[in-house]
Amino acid sequence: MTFGRLREPWTDRQAGWRLGAVACLVLVLILLMIVFVTVKAWPTLRANGWVEWLGPGGNVDKQLDAMIKVGQHPPDSAYHLRAWPLVYATLLTSVVAVGLGLIVSVFTAVFIVEFAPRRLREVVIPAVRLLAAVPSVIYGLIGILVLVPFFNNHLIGEGRKESVKYVVQLNGTGLGVACLILMVMVTPIMVAIIVDALRGIPRGWTEGAAALGANRWETVWSISVRAARPAIVAAAVLSGARALGEAVMLSMVSGSRGFAPNLFDGLTYVFEPLRPVAATMVENVDAMNVPPIKSTIYAFALLLLFSSLMLSLAGYAAKLPMRRQGIRV
Amino acid sequence: MAVSVPPAPPRATAPRPRPRKDPVSTWPWRHRIALAMAWGCGLSVIVTAFAIVVYMAVKGVQYLNFHLLFSHPTPGLAQGETGGILDPVLGTFMLTIIGILIAVPLAVCSALWLVEYGRPAGLARAVESGIDVIAGTPDIVIAIFGLAIFQLPILSPLSFTSAGGGVFGRSFIAAGAMMSLIALPYVFNTTREGLQAIPAQMREASWALGKTRICTIRTVLLPQVRRHIVTGSALGMGRIVGDTAIVVVLLGATLRIEKQGSIPGLDILKGTGSTLTSYVYGASPAGEGNAPQKAYAAAFVLLIIVVALNAAADWIGRRGSRMEIAP
Repeated sequence: MTFGRLREPWTDRQAGWRLGAVACLVLVLILLMIVFVTVKAWPTLRANGWVEWLGPGGNVDKQLDAMIKVGQHPPDSAYHLRAWPLVYATLLTSVVAVGLGLIVSVFTAVFIVEFAPRRLREVVIPAVRLLAAVPSVIYGLIGILVLVPFFNNHLIGEGRKESVKYVVQLNGTGLGVACLILMVMVTPIMVAIIVDALRGIPRGWTEGAAALGANRWETVWSISVRAARPAIVAAAVLSGARALGEAVMLSMVSGSRGFAPNLFDGLTYVFEPLRPVAATMVENVDAMNVPPIKSTIYAFALLLLFSSLMLSLAGYAAKLPMRRQGIRV
Repeated sequence: MAVSVPPAPPRATAPRPRPRKDPVSTWPWRHRIALAMAWGCGLSVIVTAFAIVVYMAVKGVQYLNFHLLFSHPTPGLAQGETGGILDPVLGTFMLTIIGILIAVPLAVCSALWLVEYGRPAGLARAVESGIDVIAGTPDIVIAIFGLAIFQLPILSPLSFTSAGGGVFGRSFIAAGAMMSLIALPYVFNTTREGLQAIPAQMREASWALGKTRICTIRTVLLPQVRRHIVTGSALGMGRIVGDTAIVVVLLGATLRIEKQGSIPGLDILKGTGSTLTSYVYGASPAGEGNAPQKAYAAAFVLLIIVVALNAAADWIGRRGSRMEIAP
């Protein structure tokens, strides 16, 4: 009579299979993600060519508008898209924000690890964590309600607006505000990674440098920061992935025009509106029952997915030299 | 068995010679400039964080009141008639609960498998990298993927189907399921660290007593990583609360919580609504609302929730580690 035990406990092997199945669900999800997004993006890729849709040619805003007006069974020509202004905007904002943020992050990390007095360190570290935790919509709100009017009223003069009046309207939103806020958003991520790496440098190395007569700055810069270069690269790559995918904050402060800021405009370049790929996706999501817009948005999603996959790989490869030396990063 | 050892008495020897200081006045100029830049960056980080918090607090307290927090939003033409933020708050709350409920079992099982079994090694590395990939994917891509999945006809019971046969694909379940992907890496990482910190002797002792692996996990390991799971969940909840892209894409854009169908409970899950983040997005000049006061009030509530969750995660993590019994 086996009433006392209603079910057998799992054997080790059974438990292994079952837990492993749940763990492999994650891999299955990623595969599904790639497959679904590619399948749905197929019409745009097929109609435009594999890479040409990322190239320049025509006003991308007009192309998107034309897609919205088409009905439910559009011809192939309705999928026409040349998304270079959007891709250029994404690259521009990400590279500038990560580049500037990297400089600030390295100096902040050096400050936290080496030069901050203990009480100030206890203020800076929570401050960095707070900046990392603030939702992007709050950054966007502060941007659009504080920084944009400031730029509009105090930094952009009437003469500047007149000079580009026939091409684009300057109203404060644009490259400058977008890069500034994006820099504030990615800096905390980089600071956290670089501080971890700097703290993991073996003390013997820094003590040896100090014994040879280096002052505190030289020690930390030429030994710790130099040894932490792989972590700095990994931090830049990781925050690059974050900056690429930032949709909501950029859609609020970047001006929402599919316009590629023109370097030959001089300083006005900083104030011109633009619209990165992720922001375009968020703004056109209501029009997604129209097939051309739907496959266009999926094509953008495929682009972002591919870029973030490449960046994840690059980040992993960048951290390998440090792992081989035994520094836990 | 003594739990604590009394401190050793101080030895009476000469004090150690203090190390010579390194005065900045002996440094070359370029090092002094670099030092100034390091101080400048550190101080500006503090000032920025302080400024953001103080500004949101001032504006939030200015516009937030009790009535706003507990009344339903209504569409209206002027700010005085547009009601409060109760539905967004409820929406945030529901999405967080659904997201965490789905994420925690997935993450804990994956971490357990990885640490306890982990064979074949290639598969284990693939799962690790897979979770890193999910952590690095932009939230808008996860949202679009969610839309692709939930608009499949097979999943039409999870949202509603319009008259033309098109599955809407947007509901609390859809958004909650995708939010779980956002929280998954955090819970996974903290649980895995917690499991790896448990010394092997504990597992071996349990196996020596004849317990199966699954029983060891259930009775010995899981109670010890409870606080890691909670820390990871708090971090994940902070991320879920702050996410806008998934809400904008997958939650429908109705101001109030609209129910679908007639089964109580399930009708809210299948329905659409809004959260604090999509409310702030809609009420700001970038959306259609153009109601900056309401936006500030909702953003202030959002910031408080996020900061509280992160502080709770920190506190739980630190409190637990102090109470841990050393091996």
